Amino acid sequence: MEFFVVQFLTGLASAASLFLVASGLSIIFGVTRIVNFAHGAFYMLGAYVAYTLTERFEGFFGFWGGILLAALVVAAIGALLEIVLLRRIYRAPELFQLLATFGVTLMVQDLVVMIWGPEDLVGPRAPGLRGAVDILGLAVPTYDLFLIVLGPLVLGALWILFHRTRWGVLVRAATQDRDMVAALGVNQTWLFTSVFALGIFLAGLGGALQIPRNAVTHLMDLSIIVEVFVVVVIGGLGSVLGAFIAAVLVSELNAFGILVFPKISIVLVFLVMACVLIVRPWGLLGRPEGPARQPAGLSIRPWHPMSPNQRLLMLALVVVAGFVPLVAGNYVLTVLAEIAVFALFAASLHFLMTVGGLASFGHAAYFGLGAYGAAFATTMFGAPMVASLLLGPLLGVAGAILFGWFCVRLSGVYFAMLTLAFAQIAWSIAFQWVEVTGGDNGILGVWPASWASSPAAFYWLALAVSVAGIAALRVLVFSPFGYALRATRDSALRSEAIGIDRARVQWAAFIIAGTFAGIAGALFAFLKGSVFPDNLAIPMSVDGLVMVLLGGIETVSGAVVGAVVYKALAIWLVSQTDLSKLVLGAVIVLLVVAFPKGIVGFAEDLMARRRARTDDGGAALAAPAKAAPAAPGSGAAPIAAPKMEAAR
Amino acid sequence: MSEPILEVENLSKSYGGVHAVRGVSFSLRAGEILALIGPNGAGKSTCFNMLNGQISRDSGSVRILGRDTAGMRPREIWRLGVGRTFQITATYPSMTVRENVQVAILSHHRELGRLFGFAGARHRTEADRLLGLVGMQELAARPCGELAYGDLKRLELAIALVNEPRLLLMDEPTAGMAPKERVDLMRLTASIAREQSIGVLFTEHDMDVVFEHADRIMVLNRGQLIASGTPGEVRNNPDVKAVYLGEGSVYGGEAA
Amino acid sequence: MRTSLRKSVAFAALALVTAGSVARAEGEIKIGEINSYSALPAFTEPYRKGWQLAIDEINAAGGVNGKKLVVISKDDAGKPAEAVTAANELVSREGVALIAGTFFSHIGLAVADFAKQKQVFFMAAEPLTDAMVWSKGNEYTFRLRPSNYMQAAMLAEEAAKLPAKRWATVAPNYEYGQSAVAVFKELLSKARPDVEWVEEQWPPQGKIDAGAVTQALLAAKPDAILNVTFGADLVKFVREGNTRGLFKDRAVVSFLTGEPEYLDPLKDETPKGWIVTGYPWYDIKTPEHDAFLKAYQAKFNDYPRLGSIVGYGTMKAIAAILAKAGSTDTDKLIAAAKGVEVDTPFGKIVFRATDHQSTLGAFVGKTDVRDGKGVMVDSVYRDGADYLPSEEEVKHLRPQG
Repeated sequence: MEFFVVQFLTGLASAASLFLVASGLSIIFGVTRIVNFAHGAFYMLGAYVAYTLTERFEGFFGFWGGILLAALVVAAIGALLEIVLLRRIYRAPELFQLLATFGVTLMVQDLVVMIWGPEDLVGPRAPGLRGAVDILGLAVPTYDLFLIVLGPLVLGALWILFHRTRWGVLVRAATQDRDMVAALGVNQTWLFTSVFALGIFLAGLGGALQIPRNAVTHLMDLSIIVEVFVVVVIGGLGSVLGAFIAAVLVSELNAFGILVFPKISIVLVFLVMACVLIVRPWGLLGRPEGPARQPAGLSIRPWHPMSPNQRLLMLALVVVAGFVPLVAGNYVLTVLAEIAVFALFAASLHFLMTVGGLASFGHAAYFGLGAYGAAFATTMFGAPMVASLLLGPLLGVAGAILFGWFCVRLSGVYFAMLTLAFAQIAWSIAFQWVEVTGGDNGILGVWPASWASSPAAFYWLALAVSVAGIAALRVLVFSPFGYALRATRDSALRSEAIGIDRARVQWAAFIIAGTFAGIAGALFAFLKGSVFPDNLAIPMSVDGLVMVLLGGIETVSGAVVGAVVYKALAIWLVSQTDLSKLVLGAVIVLLVVAFPKGIVGFAEDLMARRRARTDDGGAALAAPAKAAPAAPGSGAAPIAAPKMEAAR
Repeated sequence: MSEPILEVENLSKSYGGVHAVRGVSFSLRAGEILALIGPNGAGKSTCFNMLNGQISRDSGSVRILGRDTAGMRPREIWRLGVGRTFQITATYPSMTVRENVQVAILSHHRELGRLFGFAGARHRTEADRLLGLVGMQELAARPCGELAYGDLKRLELAIALVNEPRLLLMDEPTAGMAPKERVDLMRLTASIAREQSIGVLFTEHDMDVVFEHADRIMVLNRGQLIASGTPGEVRNNPDVKAVYLGEGSVYGGEAA
Repeated sequence: MRTSLRKSVAFAALALVTAGSVARAEGEIKIGEINSYSALPAFTEPYRKGWQLAIDEINAAGGVNGKKLVVISKDDAGKPAEAVTAANELVSREGVALIAGTFFSHIGLAVADFAKQKQVFFMAAEPLTDAMVWSKGNEYTFRLRPSNYMQAAMLAEEAAKLPAKRWATVAPNYEYGQSAVAVFKELLSKARPDVEWVEEQWPPQGKIDAGAVTQALLAAKPDAILNVTFGADLVKFVREGNTRGLFKDRAVVSFLTGEPEYLDPLKDETPKGWIVTGYPWYDIKTPEHDAFLKAYQAKFNDYPRLGSIVGYGTMKAIAAILAKAGSTDTDKLIAAAKGVEVDTPFGKIVFRATDHQSTLGAFVGKTDVRDGKGVMVDSVYRDGADYLPSEEEVKHLRPQG
């Protein structure tokens, strides 16, 4: 009995740390709709800065002052980031801000090592709270009790802030309806900055408070960011109380779960999230998102299939690519084969995100399942390579059929997070089921058949499969099914009204995207010769997202360009420097600012503008071309229109 | 007289003890234009959404072309031959005007599951014919996202005609339009409805529109039908006058 | 005009570069090296310094077979797929004679499999997994660092001397933790059939919920605990364990905790009296180590970590193998590596012919705090040769053919 009480308290203490960080993320998302991937980076910065300050200023005031000051310093950095970077891209397509914050995260990971050194740092214990208190005969750390009290205190303080101050009321109003607040004449710019700074303050505080119980490391950000996202989503986006309840729920389930299943921690939060989202699609205390949200991938420039000239150009490009082995060496060919594989992977995600408006945060699951499928076929059943390449993706398809059925019942960020949950569950199976998957030691010996084993041959194979896959996806975009999918993205209401079964169409799209990802994964397995749980882990999913966003989410196949640029850059940087994350992050941030519609989106804008200029002589065709770029970021125009009309 | 297209009997819906719609019964015949009016909160939208399947009903029955629609989703009701337009237009901004219609035609022919072939080349003539019907042929290639609001309303009408409907449900068809556009749209609707013998049920705030175009008007107040009849009958109904008293000279004619 | 000029300049430059590299290539042997430099700098930086020192020493002494050793080093970003890309670059583009390195077990395995496929010699430096040389061993791969099994055997030997009967384990939930626990359990149970295993905890690597884990271990009331966690997880676990009194009157046996990489961050919070494997560089008084220590401190103005020993030993081993083979031909390298003797700061080691494992050992001792720093005391060097199964037994562990 005593034990359970103490275990419960331990869970509460863990919940408090989780809640602090999660509440900040929830507030930021609620108001600015930014999926702040850099939240974990700020949490980590909070810990590092607090370490420096508490090491310098000792004693009671030195310590607690240092903790508070660290959070303030980090909040100031956050505000600066918002002003310098994020403000420029609020009007970019949804999720683009995710790309910017991802770039920042990469940079911070290298920067902290440069500033604070590579070794783990262990800060001082909290003065006055070093020891333990005897509760029912068991020792409970005083610091835990402090955290247990702090959690509800912060919750209460936030409640007062949001309900008893004008600023707070505005924030809540903005959470529910951004346009309305803008209409009220509130200075939205500074509202966003202050909200972002508050959220980052909470992240920094959460990090700083880890000093007395944790080591400060450059891996801290990754260890918390995903978990915090999950907590926010379980609680309901934008709901601070929801985040609190979710943090307690997750922490307590973990504290007691490990008594029964000692290996549960690794997957617990994702299981909880999947269950909660299936039962309550908007989290525990969340509300359905308003219809004014612009779905991902929505563009007001209608898409057209390629003209005969463009097709010839593409054909020429493919032919040129086919002749590369005559001039390139083995290493270059292997790198190009890898780029081809990722182009197909990115294109499959792009299909789901852009045509379907369904941003998946767990697309690596189907890539990885395809890779494992190929590895099983090869090593367990001794299938020849061609058979493995055909059979392997079926595992990805099976995963997409199963997971997709649940996912398409949700939308927006909730859809994204459920895909993430399923990907993590798939990952943990690959990671834990050692007898079958080899656990983290993976499956080795998945090498191509002798006819494809030369780098040139494998490159041709990868190129052929990838080009065929990308072409097939393009055909799909303009097929009746592609139109149905775009229809469900553009307007669920209208689609239902003209007899389209949204869930079924999106499910089919999910399966199609999973299939092509699985094909890419199977190729990848043979390219690398081995398969590891990494292949379906979060970083792989994030890579896919980055490629799609970099290419341009409003384009038909920008992801291919995004994949080529990102993958080539990443491989080259890893080969050239140990600071690849810093440089890659900086490049991403620059690209985000320079091309807020992605590389291909930018190029299309440029071409449309040029066409408009040359056609200015009076050609009737100019009208649509001119109008499209003339409305930067006005994708919401058709939706906003009725509101304006109504206000008249 | 022909069979009624739409028969509603004793339709009811309540939310947490509040009766939003109570015992509403009426019917609609082919070629007839029926307006459903009432002050804000009278239950018009609830009633409408029960007819088109967006919300479920507590009790009562709705029969469209003789078929009970209990448990049917909007997309299934559409397949019975029901076209609809929305109070706030719902179209596909990423597609051209023609493509918007083509998607609906493809859906009508159950061709949206096809994975091959360029959809933009299918049913073009039919799409252009429908666009011509609403006077939008020259806008066919324009991106839908650029259309003026009045044009979007006309586009919705064209889309609603795709499945050769016997019944049109129009939720505030002229909301947000300029007065001249309102008259034009309703004339167009009325002429199409009579020509193709489609029954039209619409809700509307603008009493000019209602009294000029409706064959019959139903007045809803606090969830119940309080009057029903020709525009002349309804105009002189004392109950209706009482309900609308607080609303000023809403149907005084030229007040605006 | 201008473009053609630029072109010809470029061509000339290219020609120079090519000519230069050809000229250099005749007097040098290229060694490809891969490690998780960006992902795990705390471990790989000392390792890098170690091999740099070794290369300097080897080249200062005239190189190997009259040729200088040149190391081309690549980062793997902590991902096996990147490591394979890097290995490919080293082999296909740089034309290295052999590859070496890696830290993570799964990356080591991926590169070992690559080596097998491409028929390249691979000297695995740091990966601990037993699969490296046993269940997934291959002809092309050799491993320097004392393996998981060897560390477990050294610790189990000490654990068997303890009176403790009720044992609990805590280990990170992945292959390293799982196999460490499995081997330790097996060996201890064999030596002490009376031992009972009363609790096991498997926190995810890097994400331990230390309070809850500590509490769960407390509830089982074990006499002794086996710890396999390390890094930030270890810090959290030690802090919670200290505060909650988990380590009071309990023996703790802990993998690798005596290595400076893991021990130093704990500072004055280092728990006392844990039985650990590690590297007490401050207490080793052998001529080989003294020489190494002096040279290392002179070159880098820093003290060595275990990684430094591994990095240093890796290149020394490679030099010995190259010298013995008298060639960079892969088959000759493999033949030479079998049974090759290498001088390391820990003394002479041998690469066993059967399983390609080196006999590099480790120090076993107890943790203590000295001047506010964590140290190992009473440490004794355990020769790896004594803690490996016999070459006869090992034959059955390796894939045949």
